[in-house]
Amino acid sequence: MTRSMPRLLAGIPLGVLGGLTVALLALIAAAALIGAYPLTLSDIAQAVFRRLAGAPPRGQIDTVLFEVRLPRVFAAVLVGAALAAAGAAYQTLFRNPLVSPDILGVSTGAGLGAVFGIFLSLPVAGIQLAAFIMGLATVGLVYAIASVVHGREPLLVLVLAGVVVGALAGAAISLLKILADPYDQLPAIVFWLLGSLSAIRKGEVWSATPLVVAALVPLVLLRWRINVLSLGDEEAKALGVEAGRLRLFVIAAATLMTASVVAISGVIGWLGLVIPHIARMLVGPNFDRLLPTAMLLGGGYLLLVDTLARSMARIEVPIGILTAVIGAPFFLWLLARGREGWS
Amino acid sequence: MSSPILCARRLGFGYGAKRVGRDVDLEVQPGEVVCLLGPNGSGKTTLFKTILGLLPAQAGEVLVDGSPLSKLSRPELARRLAYVPQAHAAHFPFRVIDMVVMGRTAHLGLFAAPSNEDRRRAIEALSALGISDLAETEYTRISGGQRQLALIARALAQNAPAIVMDEPTASLDFGNQVIVLAEVRRLAAQGFAVLLSTHDPDHAFSISQRVALLNAGRLLAQGRPHDVLTPARLREVYGVTVTVERLSQGQTVCAPDFCVAPDGGAQKQPS
Repeated sequence: MTRSMPRLLAGIPLGVLGGLTVALLALIAAAALIGAYPLTLSDIAQAVFRRLAGAPPRGQIDTVLFEVRLPRVFAAVLVGAALAAAGAAYQTLFRNPLVSPDILGVSTGAGLGAVFGIFLSLPVAGIQLAAFIMGLATVGLVYAIASVVHGREPLLVLVLAGVVVGALAGAAISLLKILADPYDQLPAIVFWLLGSLSAIRKGEVWSATPLVVAALVPLVLLRWRINVLSLGDEEAKALGVEAGRLRLFVIAAATLMTASVVAISGVIGWLGLVIPHIARMLVGPNFDRLLPTAMLLGGGYLLLVDTLARSMARIEVPIGILTAVIGAPFFLWLLARGREGWS
Repeated sequence: MSSPILCARRLGFGYGAKRVGRDVDLEVQPGEVVCLLGPNGSGKTTLFKTILGLLPAQAGEVLVDGSPLSKLSRPELARRLAYVPQAHAAHFPFRVIDMVVMGRTAHLGLFAAPSNEDRRRAIEALSALGISDLAETEYTRISGGQRQLALIARALAQNAPAIVMDEPTASLDFGNQVIVLAEVRRLAAQGFAVLLSTHDPDHAFSISQRVALLNAGRLLAQGRPHDVLTPARLREVYGVTVTVERLSQGQTVCAPDFCVAPDGGAQKQPS
């Protein structure tokens, strides 16, 4: 189990990861410049320098940069990376390149939890907890239905169960919308269900980050076993893996990751389905490469979409709408390519 | 006679409360191929799942390398007993080398990824089966026969003294069947204990030292192929009339008599 850094990195396509990292950093810089209050590179450099030197913040530039823009940029990267990582884990674990937090109903379930939290006027931590519990309950229910129904097509049963449970959660969300206070809670719920980072506050980003990191640690540590689990329970067990326990553990980690970001960003669909696919096309299905690649791609993609969302038009377009407009055609393209294209 | 690597004693097996078979006594010695034959639904797969510890035994016990199966953890069992499933379509395009390296999992710590040493062993296993040139190819792009060889290579990399193979020749073309059977024979010659299921009596004649004939969940007979696979018994189990003939080259073959169906009527040819 002793492992040196070079060995940890062995076989990882550093070119792809390096390129994606550079692209992400460039995107972050660009996103920091763009906005209703234009900033220049030298503004940012000076503000960052002031902060590092411990000097008091000066004027609007610092406020815009540190209170509004950077938290939002960071939130976009965090949410995108977390959804992509969870999607990659779900797809590998369920041995199904078509599952994702959305299709398994996790997003809608977590959404129901968060809407319930808003309905009860809970603080952000309470909304996150409600989102996590409901997200986990949803994926558990979907998985239980799929394993009880002995269909000929377990894949189809799983996806259908996700659709059904997601529809139920959707009905419960509608009920809460009707019951919610129309002036205060309802707009918050609707806006939140469309997915947006426009109302993100620094504190929310800080509260979600440790949860995402805590969920990421087991995914990184268990990266090899997650590959083995993708062969299915029986083969994984015969290869010496305690498949049942490990599977539940990884599902819990991926669900925690989804729920903790859904609680701050609202429902952002398609990313968790599409990004892991692109990552797999780039570096193959091996989870130790797939995970970092998917996270870099997901973070960059959501940052790009969010920056477009807030700068494209006079009013802000909820990013859930944009990711669906981009993701749905991509999904159709995947279907059209057929099984050959599960790479 | 040396001690068996794999041993089932009065084994009862089934799903949950449902009983599929009982009183199965089976032994596999090092260097021996034991073929399990039986018609569809006779319980071969359920028996294998029980021997592999994927289903709990309903009665009796399985001993692997002298230890009761129920006392072994998954990694401990996997270091003693390897499983070669039927060549399947993978869900993800892992490279063949990745697939074979997965055989090393039981030798790795919980959080570890395979080392260069593990990769070296995987390549060795691929070379032993003559498919090292496929190492970098995607498992989804190779033929069924090559997949079966890759899965056998994975079992070799697992480095367990006993190997269980579930119908390794099913869905392979004639040439690939022969290649896979030849590899199974070589494994036994190297000292592995191999238990495999097949539908073809000819395969049992050509590679196994012993045959176990399973019918309706019970072992009908067990012993040398020529003693077990008699026309009378094959007729009893499969309901068809066959001729068992030794060829001049020394092989034994089993040929169905198409014209003479058991009830005297014409046998329907499968379309």
